[in-house]
Amino acid sequence: MIRRDLNGMTLLAFDWIFLIEKLVLIAVIITASLVIAMYETYAERKVAAWMQDRRGPNRAGPFGLLQPLADGGKLFFKEEIIPNSANKWLFILGPSLAMLTAMMTCAVVPWGSSLHLFGRVIDLQVADINIGILYVFGVVSMGVYGIMIGGWASNNKFSLLAALRGASQVISYELAMGISLIALLMMTGSLSMKTIVEQQIANPHWWNIIYQPLGFLIFFTCAMAECNRAPFDLPEAESELNMGYHQEYSSMKLGFYLFAEYINMFISSAIMATLYFGGYDIPFVNEASLAPNTAAILGVLSLLTKIFIFIFVFMWIRWTLPRFRYDQLMDLGWKKLIPLALANMLITAVVILLKNH
Amino acid sequence: MGVTSILFWSLSALALISAIMVLATKNPVHSVLWLIVVFFAISGHYILLNAQFLAIVNLIVYAGAIMVLFLFVIMLMNLNTATEPKKNLWMKLAGIISGGSLFLILISVVRSSVDMSQKSALVKDGNIGLIDTLGKVLFNEYTIPFEISSILFLSAMVGAVVIGKKN
Repeated sequence: MIRRDLNGMTLLAFDWIFLIEKLVLIAVIITASLVIAMYETYAERKVAAWMQDRRGPNRAGPFGLLQPLADGGKLFFKEEIIPNSANKWLFILGPSLAMLTAMMTCAVVPWGSSLHLFGRVIDLQVADINIGILYVFGVVSMGVYGIMIGGWASNNKFSLLAALRGASQVISYELAMGISLIALLMMTGSLSMKTIVEQQIANPHWWNIIYQPLGFLIFFTCAMAECNRAPFDLPEAESELNMGYHQEYSSMKLGFYLFAEYINMFISSAIMATLYFGGYDIPFVNEASLAPNTAAILGVLSLLTKIFIFIFVFMWIRWTLPRFRYDQLMDLGWKKLIPLALANMLITAVVILLKNH
Repeated sequence: MGVTSILFWSLSALALISAIMVLATKNPVHSVLWLIVVFFAISGHYILLNAQFLAIVNLIVYAGAIMVLFLFVIMLMNLNTATEPKKNLWMKLAGIISGGSLFLILISVVRSSVDMSQKSALVKDGNIGLIDTLGKVLFNEYTIPFEISSILFLSAMVGAVVIGKKN
C-alpha cells in the first residue's frame, strides 16, 4: 500500500480505490447492523406478543412496521438530563463506549465470500486478521467499561450496584466462553474467522457443531450472559434495582444503551453462526458450481438467515425462562460451565492426539 | 514521514501524555481510565511491530480484566479528595529520589545493552509476534519454564481461594 519514491522517503500514497472500497463496506455493514438492531426491537415485541397471545405493536404503519422509527424519534426528542452530582464526561462516555464496542466487533466477521465487480475482487470482510476471534474477545472485554463507567458516573447506588453486577457477570462468563472456544480452535488450528469458515465449507468437513456440540451449548449460554439477555439480565433487574445501570439516563443516551444490547445480540449471533454453523456456507449446495457473484450474494443471505434464527432463539428463551437469582448465576458460571468447558477441552485434546498418532 | 512513523510518534505521544495524566488527575477512577488508554497505546505499538497476538492479549488481560478489577476496588472504596491522606514533604522528597534513581538505572540499562544499540525494530513484517511462532517457541524451547510459570499461577489461584474461604 505504501509506495516509496526515489529518495527512499515513504509517501502517503495509498491504494485509494482499496480505501474507498473498505469505507463503503464499513458504511454498509454499520448501516445494516443498525437497521437490523432497530427491527430486532420490533421483532422482540412481536415475538413476545405472539408467545403471550397478544397482538403486539400494530398502530404505526402496516403491521406496526414503523414502530422502531417512532420509538427512535421519540428518544431523540426527549429532554436530555444530566444529573447534577454526576460526573459529566464519564456520564457521556459510558453510552458512547457501549455503542462503540458493540459496533467494532463486526470488523472481523466474514459476511460472505468475495464479489467480482469492475475487475476487482472485493472481500466481504472488513479485515481478515491473524487473531480474528481474539479481537472479538478483546472488544467484548472492553464492553464492560460502557456499563461500569455509566453506572458509576451516574452517582446512584442502584446504578453502581447494577454496574458491578453486570461487570462481574461478563467477566465470569468470559472465562467459560474462552475455554469452550479453545476446544474449537484446537480443531481448526487457526484464529482467523475466514479460515474457520472456509474449513467448514471444504467438502469432507462438516460444520463445527457436529464436532463440538457441548462447546457450542456452553458458548451459546455464555453469549446470552454477555449480552445481558434474560434469563441473565441481572444488571437490569428492575424489581430489585429500580431499573439497572442506566437508571439516570434519558433521551438518546438511554437509547444507545438499549440499542447496544440489540447490536450485541446481532453480532454474537453472527459469530456463533460463523464459528459453529458454517458462516456463509449454503447447506447442501456446492458453492464452487455457482457463479462467484451469485454464490457471494446467496452466501450473505444464508448467513443472515442463520443469524435471524439465532436472534429468534434468543427472544424465545427470554420470553420462556424466568430470571436467575444472583447466586444461581454465579453458581452456573463458575461451578458448572467452567468445569464442563474444561472437560470438553480435555476430551477434544485427547481425541485430536489419538487421531494424529 | 511515512505512515508508520506518523503512527509511531502519535502513539508514543498518546502513551506519554496519558501516563502523565494517570499521575496528574486527582480522581482515582480517572487515573484508572487513563491507564487503560496507556495500554491501548502500547498495544498500538505492538501492532506496528506486527505482534498481533501480543497486542490483543495485552488488551484482553490488562485493559480488559486487571483494570476492571482495579476499577471495582476503587469504585467500592468510594475514594474522594476529602479522604485522601495528606503526605508530608519528606515522604514526597523520598519518593522523588527513589523514583528518579530507578529511572536512571533503567535508562543506563537500555543505553548500555550492546545487543539493542545497533539493531532496528522489524516494522510491519516479520512473524515473531504471530501466534503460530509464539506457540512453537513456547512449547519447544521454553517448555519447562512455561509449565513452571503455569504451576505458579495455579498455586496463586489456590492461595486466593484458601484466603477467601478462611471464615
